[in-house]
Amino acid sequence: MREIEFDDIVKAVRDIIVHCGTDLPQDTYDALKEAMEKEKSPVSKEVIRQILENADIAKEEKRPLCQDTGLAVFFVKVGEDVKVKGGLLKDAINKGTEQGYKDAYLRASTCEPFSRANLKDTVGYNLPAIIHFDLVEGDKIDIEYAAKGGGSENVSRAKVFPPAAGKEGIINYVKEVISDAGGNPCPPITVGVGIGGTFEKAVISSKHALFRDIGSKNPDPELDEMEQTILEEINKLGIGAMGMGGTKTALAVHIEANPCHIASLPVSVNVQCHSSRHTHITI
Amino acid sequence: MAQYTLTTPLTSEDTKKLKAGDTVLLNGVIYTARDAAHKRLVELIEKGEELPFDIKGSVIYFVGPTPPKPGDPIGSAGPTTSYRMDSYSPTMLKHGSKGMIGKGKRSQEVKDACIKYDGIYFGATGGAGALLGKKITSAEVIAYPELGPEAVRKITVKDFPVTVINDTYGNDLYEMGRKEYEVK
Ligand code: SF4
Repeated sequence: MREIEFDDIVKAVRDIIVHCGTDLPQDTYDALKEAMEKEKSPVSKEVIRQILENADIAKEEKRPLCQDTGLAVFFVKVGEDVKVKGGLLKDAINKGTEQGYKDAYLRASTCEPFSRANLKDTVGYNLPAIIHFDLVEGDKIDIEYAAKGGGSENVSRAKVFPPAAGKEGIINYVKEVISDAGGNPCPPITVGVGIGGTFEKAVISSKHALFRDIGSKNPDPELDEMEQTILEEINKLGIGAMGMGGTKTALAVHIEANPCHIASLPVSVNVQCHSSRHTHITI
Repeated sequence: MAQYTLTTPLTSEDTKKLKAGDTVLLNGVIYTARDAAHKRLVELIEKGEELPFDIKGSVIYFVGPTPPKPGDPIGSAGPTTSYRMDSYSPTMLKHGSKGMIGKGKRSQEVKDACIKYDGIYFGATGGAGALLGKKITSAEVIAYPELGPEAVRKITVKDFPVTVINDTYGNDLYEMGRKEYEVK
């Protein structure tokens, strides 16, 4: 049994939060650059230019990329041969989150659902983090992290279709969700699509799909083809960067599919804005 | 699509020359407010009480900035989604405010109020918080400090880049732009 110190996890989590707050990941930066070159609308081209300039300034001067520094979302795979010494893994992740958000001057954006009171003085600074755990083989802890802003989360949707809806039904649904969203989720966006499983499994899959690097290929050829088809369809909508009209509404579509019940076809669409702050570490 | 440099407070003469798609570099004092602050401001107007700033010709920026780093006037400060202000904006325009800065589409009521009261809805690049924060040269909380990032701030901007989304003639850049690039 391998032992990992509680404080080492706190520090690792704190560090990735600080880093992601100001440094746009390379996959996203490269995809935006390519989109700027290919964009036909001059207005949208200028918007993407500003987004890239913003990323340069943020990195250089260590300023938050966006004022919405999001809720902290984690997918954590815990090896069955690891033990955290000195506390609970969940507490270490939350503590690291709080420290990272404070140290990097990120905004505390969590609030109580009804009074809308900010939880920073009661629960903690931008806490609780949203953590999805999974148990796996081995003696390591694998942490995927993303800062998820509200604008793109607000346009995300899920629906359980009858099986007869099929691929066509799914493609049309994704198009409808993105069309209705327009410029609100800060395009150019990445679209996570979760298919199958139960209702919640589809939703979590659509979130996890956003953690994949832009430009990476889906290992399943059928899903890969579907990703390309949906991406083309979305870019025909004409929404453009920040909704100002253009040909590069989405940078990528990522799909995760699961086996589902014979009676149902759950589909979830989770949208990620251009400020796709995500990273991955193994401890 | 024309380019302008304008200084606040804005007049009807300023706003009437703008068309959807024009780009503007804004200078001068503007005020920040999100939903919670708008609710309070509109309540004051309805009660006939005095506002914490002069609404005539004012430009309101929908933003909740990050905390400033030591020595900076403000942190990152990009626009938030504007529809949450849709129910309040017509009242603000009616009482003399001339501009709003945010992101995302507005309701028909807001667009109609822009026509009626010579108001402009500007879009700023969402997610460009570091870039836009640097265009703010001073910031001061002037009301509702208890709202934290949502407090009303008086900020001074220098060459703050915005695009006209809704003009005083009923044009909407989101609709126009999309129509132009949509492939049926
Ligand atoms: S949608 Fe993304 S880029 Fe836009 S304001 Fe929210 S976090 Fe920032």
